[in-house]
Amino acid sequence: MRHLLSTADLSRDAAITMLDLAEDMADVATREVKKLPTLRGRTVVNLFFEDSTRTRVSFELAAKRLSADVINFSAKGSSVSKGESLKDTAQTLAAMGADGVVIRHSASGAPRVLAESGWIDAGVVNAGDGTHEHPTQALLDAFTMRRRLHGNASRGKGLDGVRVVIVGDILHSRVARSNVWLLATLGAEVSLVAPATLLPVSTSEWPVTVGYDLDAAIADAPDVVMMLRIQAERMNAAFFPSAREYSREWGLDDERVARLPADTMVMHPGPMNRGLEISAGAADSPRSTVLEQVANGVSIRMAVLYHLLSGSDS
Amino acid sequence: MSLLVRGATLPDGSRRDLSIADGRFVESSDASATVIDADGLLALPGLVDLHTHLREPGFEQSETVLTGSRAAAAGGYTAVFAMANTSPVQDTAGVVEQVQSLGERHGYVTVRPIGAVTVGLAGERLAEIGAMAQSRARVRVFSDDGHCVHDPLLMRRALEYVTTFGGVVAQHAQEPRLTIGAQLNEGALSSELGLAGWPAVAEESIIARDVLLAQHVGARLHVCHVSTAGSVEVIRWAKARGIRVTAEVTPHHLLLTEELARGYDSRFKVNPPLRRDEDVVALREALADGTIDIVATDHAPHPVEAKECAWDEAANGMVGLESALSVVQAAVVDTGLLEWSDVARVMSSTPAAIGLLAGYDSPFSVGSPAHVTLVDPTAHRSFSTADLHGKSVNSPYLGRDLPGRVIATVHEGRPTVLDGVLLAPEQVGADRV
Amino acid sequence: MTARAVLQQADIARALTRISHEILESNRGSSDLVILGVPTRGVLLAERIGRILDDIEPGAGTVGSLDVTMYRDDLARNPTRAPAPTEIPAGGIDGKTVVLVDDVLYSGRTIRAALDALSDLGRPRAVRLAVLVDRGHRELPIRADFVGKNLPTSADERINVRLVELDGSEEVTIQ
Repeated sequence: MRHLLSTADLSRDAAITMLDLAEDMADVATREVKKLPTLRGRTVVNLFFEDSTRTRVSFELAAKRLSADVINFSAKGSSVSKGESLKDTAQTLAAMGADGVVIRHSASGAPRVLAESGWIDAGVVNAGDGTHEHPTQALLDAFTMRRRLHGNASRGKGLDGVRVVIVGDILHSRVARSNVWLLATLGAEVSLVAPATLLPVSTSEWPVTVGYDLDAAIADAPDVVMMLRIQAERMNAAFFPSAREYSREWGLDDERVARLPADTMVMHPGPMNRGLEISAGAADSPRSTVLEQVANGVSIRMAVLYHLLSGSDS
Repeated sequence: MSLLVRGATLPDGSRRDLSIADGRFVESSDASATVIDADGLLALPGLVDLHTHLREPGFEQSETVLTGSRAAAAGGYTAVFAMANTSPVQDTAGVVEQVQSLGERHGYVTVRPIGAVTVGLAGERLAEIGAMAQSRARVRVFSDDGHCVHDPLLMRRALEYVTTFGGVVAQHAQEPRLTIGAQLNEGALSSELGLAGWPAVAEESIIARDVLLAQHVGARLHVCHVSTAGSVEVIRWAKARGIRVTAEVTPHHLLLTEELARGYDSRFKVNPPLRRDEDVVALREALADGTIDIVATDHAPHPVEAKECAWDEAANGMVGLESALSVVQAAVVDTGLLEWSDVARVMSSTPAAIGLLAGYDSPFSVGSPAHVTLVDPTAHRSFSTADLHGKSVNSPYLGRDLPGRVIATVHEGRPTVLDGVLLAPEQVGADRV
Repeated sequence: MTARAVLQQADIARALTRISHEILESNRGSSDLVILGVPTRGVLLAERIGRILDDIEPGAGTVGSLDVTMYRDDLARNPTRAPAPTEIPAGGIDGKTVVLVDDVLYSGRTIRAALDALSDLGRPRAVRLAVLVDRGHRELPIRADFVGKNLPTSADERINVRLVELDGSEEVTIQ
């Protein structure tokens, strides 16, 4: 694997290998010396055309734990914000000898354009592109589910038969897309719940069931409820009448949480709008995996960087 | 200057010599005539493009009247209609006259400027349509192409007002509110790729409104670049009701589908977007049955930097003049839907008629202006940048095998392409004003 | 090229028994002894040594595994390797005598990686090395403390260790 652009590109075996690798990486975090010399002398560039401190810090820590040199190249205050093109930036990074580029971009497909352009000969990791995909988020979500379900016996396992409900702004969510492909590949049964305005058109070919009713989904006692963030700008664009109505119909409040089985996981990719799509009680309950997701993010990103940057191209 | 085109096969299948002198077809040639051997070649009337972006004035880094004319001649065209979205916009007599005279000076093709419908293409108030119509450029086609005249009252007024001068409004049918930030045909693929959808209904609803407006005010309407099966249905319905509507389809909408966008290669980003297979099929059938009247290129040159970027950030548009005839051959001739005589109609006589361009109504007949395109339909080529003669290389066909090749183009009795080679500006424009 | 057997099943068993006794002897007993196999076949050999040690002195065979993939110096030159788990016995390695076990000692680079990996896990009192076969051609100043068989080879020969748990048969061949 040269690049990680989409979870749709991952076979079941490749996905499980990656999750298993992340188990090894997670072990490192429990040691006194939380660092491996594996990527010594390699340079990883975090190329962030869009702000995301959480994702950037997670990738940065992952790269540093593997002893890679890390350069953070953010849009703000750099030549990127002065209108420099993706091409010029890529060629600049190539000239600096970057071995891996972790790219976050507001335009869907920008990581693929970078990977296939020939402007730079580096492994490309998609750290979130527009409303397309966020593959490492989906991998860490799957990893989190697997650990909750199987603990130390997770290695080698998929997510067969695990019932996952993804709730919220599916239309604009790169997290949802990456999760749909990956979870299906791993054998999970995925359903999407949202107002019709926030569902993509023509999803009949997607490996999911689609519904509008969160209460019905909760009544089915799912194994996982994944809440998506509602972006502030959606509220002004008439996708739904008001935050209050959204919260009432599609928010995971304390009362809905109480109706879930005790072992149902409540997931959220963060950052959360407490009180809108998720109540404080839901976010802080023992069902919540929010902090595990953050910790697991580092392990997954170590696994991805190791996979892409160790080894020759052949 | 006199020419003798020897042994050409005409669109109706007949074979004959074409004698040309002083810019017109004549009975016979004298011994001084330059002979063009057309044995085995197909003679089409000079092609007419009702929808070209020449980019001058204002965007000379993309194209100029000269380079766009050269691209047109290389593609077998002898006349192009230059869209109004220049800078300054072609919304005054001065600008359209400038474009007209640049075309005349270079001589590769007849350049007919299109006037803007609204001032600055802003969609707020009518441009000086009368002044443009009565200027030396004698503008007859008006369009805000790139923008839709979406205000229904303004569109009604435009249809009515243009009628006063015998012109036609060419509408870029795109409901703007339904296409905010639109990137790709709305459907399963746009959902998967996470690109904002450009729904077919945004085109179809405007066409439906416009044909009803045209009927109501008794005006003529031309619909630019029809791209969906639903639009075809609406136009078919309108024509059946006797509404005076004409429609064009681009070569790329006859051949290419949205699937090409899967790799986010912005060469395939165009407005309206590439659609589904079933749309392509419907468009081909509509061209064959006359629902769609003509093929127009929507030749839209862009500099490399406008395309070497993420899909969302890339410019819409493709160059198309040099490839149009080959693409039409691949899409509808080689598939048995159209005869070459139909191609002559949809790429020459009808676009000229819609644009009120004289000299294309009785091709090859003695006394008519001599516009001829000689084609070798048996040729095949891997389309490359060497086939492009404009300033820009944003062709979706690079690397694709295309049938047919233009061997010679004759504009007003003078060759612009000979033996498959585009002639130099000094050979073409030598003794012109 | 034909393969020639240099150790049979019985030879391997004898070698491991001898190595086990030598480990106990050099350690002056079984106290604070941790046997760590280097994946893949080193782990199997370590487990066998652990069982033999247990037979001699019950409780002596504290066994684990030490993966060195992430510490290799040839990662960039080869296709990506999937690491194997590292399992350190509950007592850790601080202050212990660690015996690394591998099947074949060749360039010494794997053992160099193992020493680096060990130092990230703790501070053993001493580190020893046990191998089934030492085939020479060292590229680093590394030497085995316990050797099943010294096998002079040329660089273009291959040593294949087959163990019944993994390979279905038990022998060491040279080809």
